[in-house]
Amino acid sequence: MPDPVKLTIDGRAITAAPGTLLIDAAKAAGIEIPAFCYYEGLSLAAACRMCLVEVEKMPKLMTACTLPVAEGMVVRTDTPQVATARKYTLEFLLTNHPLDCPVCDKGGECELQDMVFRYGAGESRYTEIKVHTPEKQFSPVVFFDAPRCILCFRCVRICNEGMGVGALGVIQRGVVSEIAPNMGDHLECDECGACIDICPVGALTSGSYRYQTRPWEMTHVGTICTHCADGCKTTLGTRNNHIIRGNNRDHSGINGEFLCIKGRYAFDFYDHPDRLQAPLIRKNGKLEEVSWSEALTTVAKKFTKTLADNGTFGVIGSNHTTNEENFYLQKFARKVLHTNNVDHHRTGDVVTLLDALSEAGQGKLASVADLYERKAFLILGADLALEHPLLSNQIRSNFRHHQARIYVVTEKPVREDKYCAASLRGRDYSSLTEKLQKESELVIVFDDSYCGEDVRKLVAFGTSLGIPVSYVPLVDYSNSRGAIDMGMVPELLPGYKPSGQPGLHVNEMLEGNLDVLWVVGANPFKAGGKKPAFLVVQDLFLTETASQADIVLPAACAYEKYGTITNVTGEVQRLKLAINTMGAKPDLDIMGFIAREMSAAAILGPWFPDTITDQIVKTVHGYKVPMATLATGGAAQTMPVNGRISPGTLPGLVHSDHNGLFASGTLGRYSKVLNSVVENRARH
Amino acid sequence: MLYNEPSPLETRVLSRRFGQPNSTSIETYLADEGYAAFKKAAGMTPEKIIEEVKISNLRGRGGAGFPTGMKWSFVPRTSPKPKYIVVNADESEPGTCKDRVLIENDPHQLIEGVLIAGLAVDAHAGYIYVRGEYRYLIEILDKAIAEAYEKGFLGKNIQGTGFDFELYTHTGAGAYECGEESALLESLEGKRGIPRIRPPFPAVAGAFQCPTVLNNVETYCAVPAILRDGGAAFAALGIPKAGGTKMTCLTGHINKPGVYELKLGFPVKQMIEEVGGGIRMGHKLKAFIPGGSSCPVLTAAEVEGANMDYDSMASRKSMLGSGGVIIMDDQTCMVKAALRIMKFYAHESCGWCIPCREGTTWLRKILDRFHSGGGTRADINLIGDISRNMLGRTFCPLGDAAAMPTLSIVEKFRGEFEDHLNGKPCPYEHEMATA
Amino acid sequence: MTFSPELEGRFEKLLRSYPPGRQRSALIPMLLYAQDEVGCVSDELIDEVAKRIGVTTLVVNEVMSYYSMLHRKPLGKFHVQVCTNISCLLNDGDKLYEHACKKLGIGHKGVTPDGEFSLEEVECMGACSWAPAIQVNYDFHHFVTPEKLDRLLDGLKDGPPGGPRKK
Repeated sequence: MPDPVKLTIDGRAITAAPGTLLIDAAKAAGIEIPAFCYYEGLSLAAACRMCLVEVEKMPKLMTACTLPVAEGMVVRTDTPQVATARKYTLEFLLTNHPLDCPVCDKGGECELQDMVFRYGAGESRYTEIKVHTPEKQFSPVVFFDAPRCILCFRCVRICNEGMGVGALGVIQRGVVSEIAPNMGDHLECDECGACIDICPVGALTSGSYRYQTRPWEMTHVGTICTHCADGCKTTLGTRNNHIIRGNNRDHSGINGEFLCIKGRYAFDFYDHPDRLQAPLIRKNGKLEEVSWSEALTTVAKKFTKTLADNGTFGVIGSNHTTNEENFYLQKFARKVLHTNNVDHHRTGDVVTLLDALSEAGQGKLASVADLYERKAFLILGADLALEHPLLSNQIRSNFRHHQARIYVVTEKPVREDKYCAASLRGRDYSSLTEKLQKESELVIVFDDSYCGEDVRKLVAFGTSLGIPVSYVPLVDYSNSRGAIDMGMVPELLPGYKPSGQPGLHVNEMLEGNLDVLWVVGANPFKAGGKKPAFLVVQDLFLTETASQADIVLPAACAYEKYGTITNVTGEVQRLKLAINTMGAKPDLDIMGFIAREMSAAAILGPWFPDTITDQIVKTVHGYKVPMATLATGGAAQTMPVNGRISPGTLPGLVHSDHNGLFASGTLGRYSKVLNSVVENRARH
Repeated sequence: MLYNEPSPLETRVLSRRFGQPNSTSIETYLADEGYAAFKKAAGMTPEKIIEEVKISNLRGRGGAGFPTGMKWSFVPRTSPKPKYIVVNADESEPGTCKDRVLIENDPHQLIEGVLIAGLAVDAHAGYIYVRGEYRYLIEILDKAIAEAYEKGFLGKNIQGTGFDFELYTHTGAGAYECGEESALLESLEGKRGIPRIRPPFPAVAGAFQCPTVLNNVETYCAVPAILRDGGAAFAALGIPKAGGTKMTCLTGHINKPGVYELKLGFPVKQMIEEVGGGIRMGHKLKAFIPGGSSCPVLTAAEVEGANMDYDSMASRKSMLGSGGVIIMDDQTCMVKAALRIMKFYAHESCGWCIPCREGTTWLRKILDRFHSGGGTRADINLIGDISRNMLGRTFCPLGDAAAMPTLSIVEKFRGEFEDHLNGKPCPYEHEMATA
Repeated sequence: MTFSPELEGRFEKLLRSYPPGRQRSALIPMLLYAQDEVGCVSDELIDEVAKRIGVTTLVVNEVMSYYSMLHRKPLGKFHVQVCTNISCLLNDGDKLYEHACKKLGIGHKGVTPDGEFSLEEVECMGACSWAPAIQVNYDFHHFVTPEKLDRLLDGLKDGPPGGPRKK
């Protein structure tokens, strides 16, 4: 480590690492230097001139956002000259800024308002006509109000540098300079909304949030996105049990400021008109709404009778319910229903990877943070930018900030091709051996096209490189990884312990031979299958599966309950209830009530999420994670490698849905925002 | 071709071949010591070339006046990166039309200057960035460059010296800001003409992020004479801290407008009266801009005893600038002049930084309203205040360039602003003189 | 999009003029030279140049809209540019511009109905010592009086087709 640089800011002695920008050094010391255009991690602009400070021996005010600290530098941010510069820069900004704060979405959390409040002039001397242009809609998601724009160019930089999309630019020059979308009159991009999030004013606003609320009327609940497996934290702004907005406003969580369209907007499925709000029972061939008590009693009676008749059960768990729910469900199946016919839709071969790593005695699982920090990456099969936008973002940022080397072997062109060290089409990665051996470390990311023997070969390849290698086995959904960890398969118990009993797999359960099939948060009949004698379904919507059911129990979504989920990299995070919902109940409650109705609750224990989390932490290998981390909104990586796993899963059962940016299984079908974007793209 | 009669008071160093028949052809050039300086320089060490330029006291002729030899010495000659020579022929400072004359009359002199700069910093490629409006100059240059290739003064192993050099013309497309060196480099790379954050300076990271010498046309054109006749001889033409001559454009209310090559330190009074033949129609001098519209305006009284050099102008809180002298007689409306100047800067502001983008337009609007009779007394102070709030706080010198003349006009000609008050439209408006 | 052999030759030369991987440098010259032939920077031209240089159309749009000589709408066959900046103003360039407006019956950036002439009030064009000055396409005209302007424009209108723009 080079020696720290000593400097003085406002009379205070400060030290900072060489190369630190003055604005950051001041911030670390608790001295605010205001800025609009400066944004950590993006290229420097020096455009807004808000960060001008006095530096001794310099004839002019200097921009603190471009000036690296220097030994002996004497800086003043508290002089009348600096105050005047800030005040009048704001006056300049306000000349063409419409003072429509009372109807602006940003009012109340606007950086320009805050700056004017703190540093600006109370009155304007501007009496000329303001430049005005009408508002434009760039996409279903993105609206642009040019007059409000202060031209800090953050949106252009985050889209280009941060997202690697480059869908926004600047056209014209001078006072009529304007942010413009890539297709002339509209945007064609990831619709991630990063531009909206990063906008310090109300120039870029979101189609779903605009004119919905004043920001201060919202309650902000930090929870985890329920769509893909990446596990981004999203802060839901709620009001009167409605979700109004999703963002990651405090940039906490594994995703920092990153969110894709799903994390930011696709929460809207929760109040789709088709959402189930009352239990349904099939009467005379038709599903009819009934009370919860009738529904639960009917299910419990059916289960009890089937048990008494020595009937057969099948239980299908979910890729997006919580760990606690899957844990409780498999326990229910095994301990109460006495069946090992327990399974779920597997989207990646995690089991073989864990076994192969145990066999190899080395190699581990990479975390989301690793993707930003490790030096080299081998991406196999997946189109990360579309299917795992956070992972793609981490690797892209790693390249941008640390020049990570990326090797891509995919069937089709992918976005990583643009900046990778090597890109191959197909599946053969062996020709990269020599190059990879020269790396000091490697992260291998692979999708469901690598299963069984292919995964073992891959681990053998990784081991042969002679460098530290870690892995990310890609899975699809928000708790795909947790489902397998929780033993939601016939051959394994929670923590990958062998169940030692035979059990039916999903496809076998769909053959129609069971007396009762209980489906919790899944849609196994999406592509057909034979209805069993009695079908119980817990879900949010009347899916292909639910519409065939004898009883449908309306379930709460991830934003309406507590619990933990485990993301693609094995990191456990806690869901927090953001809104209460009418009619639907969390799956855990539904299962608990059924157990109670069956007088079997005592066997399974209390069905409070936290109590079950405790049980999981105590009993599931690898889940000994610090509870304080989870409780405070952090992520804790599990270490489920537990020696050899036997038996391995059947590779033929693994298949990914390969959801792109605008799809998300069942939930995506009920998101207005995702559908509007898809329709809009089809129209252009 | 010349557009004005030469003056006997000129010192014709850079313009020595002007007016000769076929002055643009390489034959004419070679017949008059053309490329002799290059040959001489090729036999010198790079250090010696730079030393000679330093001795000449040549200072950048684009307007900033930075010592050229020192600028060249900042280029890391031993850098493994390629180095480039870039010529700023984006002449667009209002009042300035000298580079045009230099290229139009003697393109080979520029090429030779570029070659010598190439020798000095180990550069093997160069670009002449010509403003888009000067299309005919690109044609002249392309022809001259082709001749130079043909005669072995460009290309591989030039004149058997082992020195290689490729030279290209590059057109701009209408943007004053691209005359600013870092914006020019952005434009050369096919981007919007937004200046770069400095450091690094072009000497270290210029064209294509490689070490680059970037000078004005006139600066390069002075180099052959310096190498040919020695830096000391060039220095002796000027004054102690600024050597040589300055191509000076007399514009505005002057009887003999034109481009004249005058020794640095030439007396302003003599320049107006003798070189320029005095103020038109016997009027009196009201205001004087020494070197392009970016310079603070001087009053007739301030010009008394002034000379056309860096220090003399600096001591009067103005600048020598680009050599675009703007002369305004006592019939001139200074509010209108300020308005027109601000209209220009508001049009040319790149829009990157807040004070320049918003300040220039705000000032333009106030001045426009003021000149049409809608001004208030408070506006007068406001004009000064806005200018002061731009000064020194913008991303690049364009903000200063807009603020300085305005500030000087509002401070020195406040009375004219007063005259425009009370709904009285411009009291200086006149019919078109020739109409 | 097809261009004349001369323009293709110009493009080829431009693309060779910059260091490897720096073809984007040719963007502005390509647009300007192509505009001279095509008449304006059309959507089609933007697509074509973007393709040839290997950048997005957004990049081309950002760049082209910055430069005041690049026009999205077709200009007249004779594009009359009257400078009214300070040195020309002092020599009644503003009044010359007003005269041109009246003469052509169009205003700033207007085009005559027959497509022969377009007019633009431009910033300093580097003819300050020979003010007031105008440019018709790329040709400079110095010390222009209203009478001189009338003669010039009348002569152009009656002159050979093609005009001086396409050099």
